[in-house]
Amino acid sequence: MDTFWFIAVALMITLYVLLDGFDLGAGTIHLFAAKNEQERRTILRAIGPVWDGNEVWLIAGGGTLFFAFPILYASSFSGFYLPLIIVLWLLIIRGLSIELRGHINDPLWASFWDGMFFIGSTLLAIFFGAALGNVVRGVPLDEDGYFFQPLWTDFSPFSEPSGILDWYTVLMGLLALTTLVVHGANYIAVKTENRLNARSRRISRFAWVALVVLTVLGTIATFWVSPWMLESFGARPYGYVLPLVAVAGLIGMIVFNVRERDREAFLASSAYIVGMLTSTVFAVYPRVLPAVNPENSLTITNAAASDYGQAVGLIWWSIGMVLAVVYFVVIYRLFRGKVRLEDEGY
Amino acid sequence: MEDALTVSRLQFAFTVTYHYLFPMLTMGLALLIFVLKSVYMRGRNDLYNRAARFWGKIFAVTFVFGVVTGIPLEFQFGTNWAAFSAFTGDIIAQTLAMEGAFAFFLESAFVGLFLFGERRFGQRLHWFSSLMVFLGTWASGYFIITTNAWMQNPVGYRVLENGNIELNDYWAVLLNPWMFAQYAHNMGGAVVCGAFVMAGLGAFYVLSGRHVEYGRIFLKVGVIAGALSSLWMLFPTGHFSSDQVAEHQPVALAAMEGHFQTDREADLVFIGQPDMEKMEIDNPIVLPGGLSILLYGPAGGEVKGLEGFPEKNWPDNIPLLYYSYHVMVGLGTFFIGIMFLAAFMLWRGWLYTFRPMLWVLMLAIPFPFIANTAGWLTAELGRQPWLAYGLMRTSEGVSPLVSSGNVLFTLIGFAGVYLIMGLLYIVLMVREVGHGPEGEHETLENTENLTA
Repeated sequence: MDTFWFIAVALMITLYVLLDGFDLGAGTIHLFAAKNEQERRTILRAIGPVWDGNEVWLIAGGGTLFFAFPILYASSFSGFYLPLIIVLWLLIIRGLSIELRGHINDPLWASFWDGMFFIGSTLLAIFFGAALGNVVRGVPLDEDGYFFQPLWTDFSPFSEPSGILDWYTVLMGLLALTTLVVHGANYIAVKTENRLNARSRRISRFAWVALVVLTVLGTIATFWVSPWMLESFGARPYGYVLPLVAVAGLIGMIVFNVRERDREAFLASSAYIVGMLTSTVFAVYPRVLPAVNPENSLTITNAAASDYGQAVGLIWWSIGMVLAVVYFVVIYRLFRGKVRLEDEGY
Repeated sequence: MEDALTVSRLQFAFTVTYHYLFPMLTMGLALLIFVLKSVYMRGRNDLYNRAARFWGKIFAVTFVFGVVTGIPLEFQFGTNWAAFSAFTGDIIAQTLAMEGAFAFFLESAFVGLFLFGERRFGQRLHWFSSLMVFLGTWASGYFIITTNAWMQNPVGYRVLENGNIELNDYWAVLLNPWMFAQYAHNMGGAVVCGAFVMAGLGAFYVLSGRHVEYGRIFLKVGVIAGALSSLWMLFPTGHFSSDQVAEHQPVALAAMEGHFQTDREADLVFIGQPDMEKMEIDNPIVLPGGLSILLYGPAGGEVKGLEGFPEKNWPDNIPLLYYSYHVMVGLGTFFIGIMFLAAFMLWRGWLYTFRPMLWVLMLAIPFPFIANTAGWLTAELGRQPWLAYGLMRTSEGVSPLVSSGNVLFTLIGFAGVYLIMGLLYIVLMVREVGHGPEGEHETLENTENLTA
């Protein structure tokens, strides 16, 4: 049961990254992809009906994590106090920038929110990557299962105490940002036509080069900082299929980009994200929050909710997820196709 | 300000109070928008459709503010109240996670559809999405109230050998007896809020001679909904709420009522200032024996005063609790008076031309926000000094390793962000109201096509 919930939470977070990932990426690239008001609005319209729902996966994933692993929730949220609150502020700024931009038709107003949208999206992508980096590197949990990390100390992942931001976690942040730039550019390419489409493809192509470099660097750094990450693969070799999915996605992105097949390129960047995240999660299992001192690590067993709680949760969670998937399929189908501005709502 | 507990309490109180200003309006408006849209669907009077669309815009902006200020609350359980989350997570995380699974997904899907889909998908689906938005926001309210009801009145758990607790009866938590009166009372408060805002804006339009035909619709719908919901707040929901406080949290009741000494003929205090040193009410205006009669009927009965309880179980801010409760009840009484008078005038056909009444309705707009806030302050201050009543004290729930300096940093940050957001909200509202329901203004590229 604990393993089931581990997979369930991982799945929800992966879905969050896949879905909100493209609108975060869109936020980062929109200043470069869109050259005039018309194009800006097209990009916003492409994510307008869906970004809020995408973000719900973060809330729902967080909620599921809280109920399946209450100890993990308490420990990690208080331990990552400052970065989490900063993430909240960024989510607020970004949400407002998407929704409020269109309410006043003034170039200064629009430019201001465009800037906020860019800053919010970009920093969020970096913070999310850095958060994952922290999990992989391990945190200084005490024997009660709590820790508190400063934002930074001397930027080395090996010093004690280490900060939230060190060169390793920042590298992970940049990797996440680049991933979402490619992913977002692919989505915008799917949803748009003509010049906007061409520019998105070009951004995706350039960012891909950086992504390959960062993927290689990031992988090497990960095994250097946390050599134990290889253990899971040694113990359960079938896990190797996950990084292979990521590699296939990485190759697929550029192949389909060059062939101008946007939908397939978007699927390839999705595969890359799924592959990378599941590889990480697979390697971390059965830990949920690795500690610097391995004895204090939180695992699926010592952080779990009661058996009864997890069992009743299974019933409503399954119903809720089926409903959520139905909404998503319906909404994405209703708003499918290229965005054209004459379809604007109010 | 020196300890993390105080600052964390301030931060949660500030962020949750600020947040709830928005949902109390959206939950109320969601119902009224559904009513407007349904009236349109029956009679095909286009005024009602435009009215629904106009309130949809107000709803949309308010909803966004509610969403972005709501996310920090779910996070803060973990960031600032880690010990509480670890202790009660097996239970309260069920209802919080269910809110995500059942309410948020539904809301996000149908709010998008409601705002973007009218022209594309037609009137029937638009009406249906207004219904689903209403149900989604009210489901959200249910899960939050259920979570709070558990903190007020913990049920469905068992205590383990190591002193921790775990869930052992899921339905007991979902159907917590405390929840029913609280939910009914809270949602009624949201309708009061929506109704006063709608009627007040209608009064403004009629008074200023702009969009008069819409102003009259807003007045009619707002006043009818306002009269019904204001009464609903007193009876049955308010009555049962105070009964269950009297039964389960007698010390909170004594503090709310400013009742210090145990008495068989306890007075009902209308006005006065609690003096915590002398343990009495200064400048009192009371109904002699009123509290006993209110709680036990004409025969009366003994009502335990604060002195009858150990001081360590007293709510830790009794004067504020007392004022919150009295502000809520006092305003609620005025609401009933205002709305019934307005409803009578509406019935007689005087309302649209009787300017003093319109002025009252217009100026009343802020007060439901104050009353709802005071109501929540009453519930939450009355729960003190407990986080989970009788199970865990507030002082035990705070995150063990987060320092007060860090919390103060984030509290100041929230204050700054929320100040700017408040200004933005006002600017946007003033603009929307200025454009009015006919607003073919520049940002709505094709409202004109929407009527098709």
